[in-house]
Amino acid sequence: MFHGNLGKQITMMEKILITIYEEDVAPRFDLSSVVFIASLNDKRETIERKTIVLTSASPEELCHMILSQGITHLICGGIEDEFYQYLNWKKVEVIDSVVGPYEEVLDLFLKGSLEQGTNLMFQKTQG
Amino acid sequence: MEIEENKTYWPIDHLRMDIRELIDGIPVGVALISPDLRIHAINRAMESLTGFDRKEAYGVPCRYIMRNNLCTGECPARKILEKEDQISAEGDIINLARQKVPVIINLSPLKDHDGKPIGVIETVEDISLVREFDQKIQGPSSYHNIIGHSPQMEEIFKTLQLVSQTDSSVLITGETGTGKDLLAEAIHLSSMRAKGPFIKINCGALPENLLESELFGHKRGAFTGAVEDKQGRFRMANNGTIYLTEIGDLPLSLQVKLLTFLDDKEFYPLGSNKPVKSDARVIAATHRDLNEMVRQGTFREDLKFRLKVIRIELPPLRERGDDIRLLMNHFLQHFSKKFNKRITGFSLNSIPIMLNYTYPGNVRELRNIVEFAVNLCQDEVIRREHLPSYLHEPITMGVPVSDNLANTSSNTSTPPMYRESLYKATSHFDWEKIEQQMIVEALTQSRGNRTGSAKLLGWGRATFYRKLKKYKLG
Repeated sequence: MFHGNLGKQITMMEKILITIYEEDVAPRFDLSSVVFIASLNDKRETIERKTIVLTSASPEELCHMILSQGITHLICGGIEDEFYQYLNWKKVEVIDSVVGPYEEVLDLFLKGSLEQGTNLMFQKTQG
Repeated sequence: MEIEENKTYWPIDHLRMDIRELIDGIPVGVALISPDLRIHAINRAMESLTGFDRKEAYGVPCRYIMRNNLCTGECPARKILEKEDQISAEGDIINLARQKVPVIINLSPLKDHDGKPIGVIETVEDISLVREFDQKIQGPSSYHNIIGHSPQMEEIFKTLQLVSQTDSSVLITGETGTGKDLLAEAIHLSSMRAKGPFIKINCGALPENLLESELFGHKRGAFTGAVEDKQGRFRMANNGTIYLTEIGDLPLSLQVKLLTFLDDKEFYPLGSNKPVKSDARVIAATHRDLNEMVRQGTFREDLKFRLKVIRIELPPLRERGDDIRLLMNHFLQHFSKKFNKRITGFSLNSIPIMLNYTYPGNVRELRNIVEFAVNLCQDEVIRREHLPSYLHEPITMGVPVSDNLANTSSNTSTPPMYRESLYKATSHFDWEKIEQQMIVEALTQSRGNRTGSAKLLGWGRATFYRKLKKYKLG
């Protein structure tokens, strides 16, 4: 039973959801029907990993799932501003426009170096 | 010219610089896509459309740059490389600014000398302005024949889409002629019960005992003349919708029976002790103020609450702004076609007359006015003289109603009640008070003769009696 602040800092368990397409981060949040969820302990180690296949792609359903599953971070590709703002308002950190294989993206996140627009498929041109 | 390692060699690579310059001049977004479905080059228009810089887009799988909904299904670029000659499709993209932009994409193969595809050229055109314009010229927003563009109606259309998904009771309120019946039918047709029956009954049209039999049915021998069983409207509406219009006129005894039905979905036909089940959705409508009726004890409060799970109030036409013009044109087209006439519109002097009228009979009255005008009109446009005379008689603003009545009482062709149209300009009038005053004046003039008063006001007897009751003048 919770009796208010007992002097201990209560840390919320971090849970990351990545919308995926095959082995990569899905290009679009609203069209993703497969999600990968990783739960972290307080040392930021993965303690649980699961992949969920949704019956259909729906951004509203995804938002509902994110909130009901207690997701703290969303990693996705393109996302409409409406959903981005809504999730931010619900205290979910959204890292969008991410391009790359989701396992590598997760590693980068765990190292603390993933940011909005991270592109792991970027190839240098000479131009 | 260097080509990065581990990258698919593309025969047009040596042209890259020239091609960039070439495609930069094209005003729509252009992307050159390599056979491994990666971006080879994009032009400036594509940069501004997607938000991606050409350097960061280079070598990235095209679905991450285009972010088109069409990329999620069968990739159009792959289809081009495999078999198709050209693809043109409408879709939408989400750009870096997180905006969803409707687009038209066109894809064609780039081929070598042997006709073998060596890449894809894709153009992406922003059609958001076209879509916006389309919506504007598509004409009135409508919902199952209910037409309206005003904010109030738009709001109702939005609500209706949600209402149709539910199975709850609906109470529709609004003045006479606002379209309550049309709305009830629209709710039924867009609901899951659309394939079931839509049974309408006017609760004010029948005396109490007949109404009970009509609604709930009876057993043979239940009363004199009941020679055979009758199933009643509630049973007929099984798996469909029963629409109770003028619910305010439902006698108190039947209100209890309706309440039981709403609770248990079953009822007892007259003369029967066996309950009958019926899975019917109830939609009720009234032009009366049910709250006032509850206060007066003529309507059960618990029934009111059960009926108004969802309440939709239809606005009077005078509050619907531009909808008047919209409906004028709609009915004009309708009746021109029906009566085989070639009327193209309203003349400039007839429009203000139509727009300044208050339409106490709401959309129904507007419809009748247009029908009247179309019947009379032999030209290509409806002119002032084709409109009913009561719409455009010159009257000084602010003249008391009693004076109006007095002035026009000798003019039998013009129902004086329509003088109310002239009060629209005086925005702070209290219509109910004016109406009461008109009734009193009419009764005075006809020396208490109600039929005469009704005639004087241009009302039917039923309307006159209803108003007398409403204002407690009976």
